[in-house]
Amino acid sequence: MSVRVMIFKRFERFWHWAQAGLIIVLLFSGFEIHGSYKILGFEDAVTIHRTVAWSLVTLWVFAIFWHFTTDEWKQYVPTLKKVNAMIRYYLLGIFIRAPHPFRQTMLRKHNPLQRLAYLFLWVVISPMIWATGWAYIFYARWEDFGLDQYLTLEQVAFFHAIGAFMMLVFLIAHMYLITTGRTVMAHMKAMLTGWEEIDPEHEEK
Amino acid sequence: MNLLCVQCVIEVMSSLLRVILVFAAFTGTAYAISTADHTKFKELQENFKSGPEVTRACIKCHTEAAKQLHKTKHWTWEFLNPDNKQRLGKRNILNNFCITPQSNFAHCAACHIGYGWIDESFDFAAEENVDCLVCHDTTGSYRKAGDNGGLPRETVDLTYVAQNVSSTSRDTCGACHFYGGGGNGVKHGDMDDSLAVPERELDVHMDAVGEDFTCATCHKHVEHDIAGSRYAPEAAHSEDYHVHRKVFEEEDNAHCRACHGNRPHKKADKSRLNNHAKKIACQTCHVPRIARGGVATRMTWDWSTAGQLDETGEPLKKHVDGNLVYHGKRGSFTYAEDSEPEYIWFNGEVRYVLLNERVALNEDGYVEINSFAGSADDGKSRIWPVKVFRGVQPYDPIMGTMVVPHTTGLDEDAYWRGFDWEKAITAGMLSAGQPFSGKVDFIKTQMSWPINHMVAPAEDAVGCDECHIKNGRLKDIDGIYIPSRDASQKLDLAGWAIALLTLVGVVMHGLGRIVSYLWSKRSCPSE
Repeated sequence: MSVRVMIFKRFERFWHWAQAGLIIVLLFSGFEIHGSYKILGFEDAVTIHRTVAWSLVTLWVFAIFWHFTTDEWKQYVPTLKKVNAMIRYYLLGIFIRAPHPFRQTMLRKHNPLQRLAYLFLWVVISPMIWATGWAYIFYARWEDFGLDQYLTLEQVAFFHAIGAFMMLVFLIAHMYLITTGRTVMAHMKAMLTGWEEIDPEHEEK
Repeated sequence: MNLLCVQCVIEVMSSLLRVILVFAAFTGTAYAISTADHTKFKELQENFKSGPEVTRACIKCHTEAAKQLHKTKHWTWEFLNPDNKQRLGKRNILNNFCITPQSNFAHCAACHIGYGWIDESFDFAAEENVDCLVCHDTTGSYRKAGDNGGLPRETVDLTYVAQNVSSTSRDTCGACHFYGGGGNGVKHGDMDDSLAVPERELDVHMDAVGEDFTCATCHKHVEHDIAGSRYAPEAAHSEDYHVHRKVFEEEDNAHCRACHGNRPHKKADKSRLNNHAKKIACQTCHVPRIARGGVATRMTWDWSTAGQLDETGEPLKKHVDGNLVYHGKRGSFTYAEDSEPEYIWFNGEVRYVLLNERVALNEDGYVEINSFAGSADDGKSRIWPVKVFRGVQPYDPIMGTMVVPHTTGLDEDAYWRGFDWEKAITAGMLSAGQPFSGKVDFIKTQMSWPINHMVAPAEDAVGCDECHIKNGRLKDIDGIYIPSRDASQKLDLAGWAIALLTLVGVVMHGLGRIVSYLWSKRSCPSE
């Protein structure tokens, strides 16, 4: 007998999907600007990349506000507890249909590995992309801010691209790991509807 | 369908207007409106027999005109570079087209604004020697002869021309500047007779049925001294723009910024193009190709092959696609039309190899007759489009210097009569007052010509993709990071490898889950 728990509230779901869409467009247009392929054309790719980047900035302003006013930021406080169990589960348990070592609740919606991964996303990958992205956007004003003595466009582009590759790797892993829920589609459903079905038998020890 | 018809009508009308304008230009209908009708001036009611006679009449009223012209480089053919003190100007430099007017003035002065510059005895102080008509003719019937130091042809009706003078026009400036290098469009790559009555697509400002700029609209003058110089140009416009180091009023300057300002891209989606202006000259994007008007420009000139005569003893001539590719007097040529220019960093510093200098080859094996300085980090360079003209021309292998060949004239020393380089150069160097060993060899040379004209409408400007791409137009421009051209290959290799490994990892993991699921189904079918 499972119970339904509201894990992802409406704003959180909106934020997640809007961000997902924007990041995918940013990756697609960004790697074109980077020179990896020619599909949109450089000018359109830049226009799209810029517009979408500012949209994501706006979304982030709301998301940061939401995280602090709802205390949801605590979801990303890292813990090493059960990290080993999670790793063992992904490497072994999942294949022998062992019970999931983590039980979702409203207060702890992410498993310890997720916490670490998302924290890394928020404090390493995203700031790196934002900082270099803004440097890129305001390249023409570097002289005014005295930045031109410290930065080259080459460095900025290099770290922006590193951030992009990390984001791409995150996206690939993320899109696979959402299939590792109670059923293949369980996490997906939760992020669409907000409700996750939780098996009370697997009580946390 | 209706729209299409309206467009057709407009197109037909504009073509008609163009035809009328061309007709007007050739039949001498002056369409510039003036308060003075020169046909009524009593000073001009004369049967003029010579150019200087006309000038004497002109300066009765225009008392300062000749004195003003005497100070300009159109008159002196001399220019002192204020930066490096090189004495330049047409009478001092050499090039890799006709090489130099020295010892050839009788012929070359057909493009001098004077009468009778045949040799050193020409009187530069005589006011009557100024040729007013070559710049102020509106009839299209004025021509200078090619063998007497710039006197008008005998067939010209000087009274008719003198009574029909007005402001300069694309035709009068073009009479010399379209034909630099000895023929239509030969020299510059951005100037030829297609600019006489250009369409909007060729030059958005000069469009004969549109803005209808003349050369003088941008090349303003102060006391007959005309703005614009390629001997000491300003490559990156400073606050006070200088034209050959004479400060003009802002609106007088022959550069884009004088009218368009520092942030010319007004549309919101184009505004980031303004940021490019710190690195790129306007011309780099807005003059997308050279020789766009249907006239090919010459790209190479090999003097070393000159001298072949046909069976009648006349210089051999060969044409390909209407272009002269061989002439017994001058050698072999190649051409380009509607082609991409080359791009360089340019800060306005130009250095010439002058006659008395030992030459040195650049890394490609050419003597750079003029070299343009510039780099990404000198703070004053912009990326500029240039036509690079490459040639093979005579030099003195013993002295290591470039030489003056006496090419034109009726004397036996003239190369075009005697076809003997040693004689021609001995005569030329004697005339130029330069030492010559008597030995002649040929050397590869190149010159750069900044591209400024034939400004395309905005929609035809160079697109982002043409530079923001590997092996694009700016492939040889170093010192800057161009997104899409310069991504780190090591980072790309590592990044894509890790992304691919991640993908393979999750696919393997997923397959493992499927296999284990199927396995468990088989071993515990009841479940």
